[in-house]
Amino acid sequence: MSEKVLMSGNHVIGEAAARAGCRFYAGYPITPQNELTEYMAGVMDRLEDGIFIQAESEIAAINMVIGASMAGCRAMTSSSGPGISLKQEGISFLSAQELPAVIVNCMRGGPGLGNIAPSQGDYFQATRGGGHGDYRNIVLAPSSGQELADLTMKAFDYADEYRTPVIILQDGMMGQMMEPVLFPEPVDLKKLPPKPWILDGADGRPSRVIKSLLLDPSVEEELNWKLARKYEDISNEIQDAETYMTSDALLVVIAYGTAARIAKGAVNRVRKMGHRVGLFRPITLYPFPRRSLVDLGKSVNNMLVFEMSTGQMVEDVKLSMEGSSNIHFYGRPGGIISTPYEIAEKIKEIYVKIS
Amino acid sequence: MAKKIFSRPKYLKKAVFHYCPGCGHSIIHRIVAEVIEELDIRGKTIGIPPAGCAVLAYDYFDVDMAEAAHGRGAAVATGIKRVLPDRIVFTYQGDGDISAIGTAETIHAANRGDNITALFVNNSVYGMTGGQMAPTTLLGQMTTTTPGGRKIRRDGAPLNLSDMLGLVEGSVYIERTAVNSPRNIRRTKKAIKKAFKVQMANLGFSLVEILSPCPTNWKMSPVDACAWIEETMTSVFPLKVIKNEVGKI
Repeated sequence: MSEKVLMSGNHVIGEAAARAGCRFYAGYPITPQNELTEYMAGVMDRLEDGIFIQAESEIAAINMVIGASMAGCRAMTSSSGPGISLKQEGISFLSAQELPAVIVNCMRGGPGLGNIAPSQGDYFQATRGGGHGDYRNIVLAPSSGQELADLTMKAFDYADEYRTPVIILQDGMMGQMMEPVLFPEPVDLKKLPPKPWILDGADGRPSRVIKSLLLDPSVEEELNWKLARKYEDISNEIQDAETYMTSDALLVVIAYGTAARIAKGAVNRVRKMGHRVGLFRPITLYPFPRRSLVDLGKSVNNMLVFEMSTGQMVEDVKLSMEGSSNIHFYGRPGGIISTPYEIAEKIKEIYVKIS
Repeated sequence: MAKKIFSRPKYLKKAVFHYCPGCGHSIIHRIVAEVIEELDIRGKTIGIPPAGCAVLAYDYFDVDMAEAAHGRGAAVATGIKRVLPDRIVFTYQGDGDISAIGTAETIHAANRGDNITALFVNNSVYGMTGGQMAPTTLLGQMTTTTPGGRKIRRDGAPLNLSDMLGLVEGSVYIERTAVNSPRNIRRTKKAIKKAFKVQMANLGFSLVEILSPCPTNWKMSPVDACAWIEETMTSVFPLKVIKNEVGKI
């Protein structure tokens, strides 16, 4: 595929995963991400060394991914909110055992069973760890078909490089929407860096253990600090965000994923009215792109955070700005998709007061 | 010259077992290590210990060991085995791990015919957490959570997972043994060896359930614990080949 193809977001992730060298997928049906599971069934069937398992549960799926990762395979699972909740035990283990894996959350309205409409209510769950213990996940937030492909490829590299689970946080809108995508060439599995830690039988070498039970608190403490140092490195190395029309902005809208697409439409609308408004779009949610946001805050005193939730990322914005900017918030939870017009109205409401 | 006829198995690390006096795990560990040595599969074996008394099994077996979350052994084993189909993958699980919190993972791995071996140590209680009721606790048996004895109307009857697993299509060899006597220990070793051979021949899911004494939580002497297995436990969990679709191997 050296030319653009029109594909739905869930299929894009599947194709990109295969191209990234993912050869193991285990998943359980849940809407609105079933197309990804189905795509993986097909793609793994076609690949000579591809393994697909429709697991008996979300918990089994993530634990199969753990096993595949221990055996050295690039592995992925995917789900939506309620299923991701069930996978949290496994994600905590992946972090503690320092195992690479990619987990896709196609967010839907919640809490509880919620609905199957696009939402961003799982931001805390993804960025704060989600399961038990002191850990974080790398969280990537694509906002276009092309970015779904690019970030999925990147997710596997990050997972291997840092030996940590990576979450792709998309939503029902991203997953279902069809857009033209240009796929990168498939990676050569033989050229991927070796993994000298995997469990493949202690043939001619000392036996290895992958575990997370550390009964001695001083040893457990050291694991926690080791992970913390790793997250510090991750934070220094991979923070990523897009800025749009921010150079002369008096007000900047901050949004990620689907919400950023809507916000961009709103920014374009108010720009036509001559309002100096820009967009800041975090691409990595963990690490939160604090550096570039703080830079932006040197020239912009007003920020409007727009989320498809009651306000979760807004806390990271406030933590980053440490009181140095006026942070406004507008949210629509539960699966409501705002229009650019609606966001533009909110922007204008604030803009007239500050300009 | 004197001939050495008894020594530490080659693939048991030189570590002191943490198990209580009279516990069956030490015996079962020894047997598994002997089998790995006799089949010459140390270099391609991956073991998966449970959350439970045997969680520290990775400190004892000198093979690659993959710790799984409580009950998830079969799913982790499936992941490893599918990626590395020519390796020997076994889970080592207690009754709570395999037949309470891990029931679903175990039944579905067996049903898919995943070519793995489960070693199911049944001592009828949750040992590591202090002797609570397990799915395998006998009716009337006193535990810390059944102080008046297990009652059928409140707690259900003992769950017989091995018989259930015998009903699914993908399981090919299931046997229940015990380690309460030299004779039964020899039979257990034979069964574990057979289960590993079933996997080596790529025939499907194999499981050995091993009735094992827990003198500490049963509040018995080791000798009485072995007798209790013989006289009481085997009447609910009889020692037998539950399923054998592989003949002699």
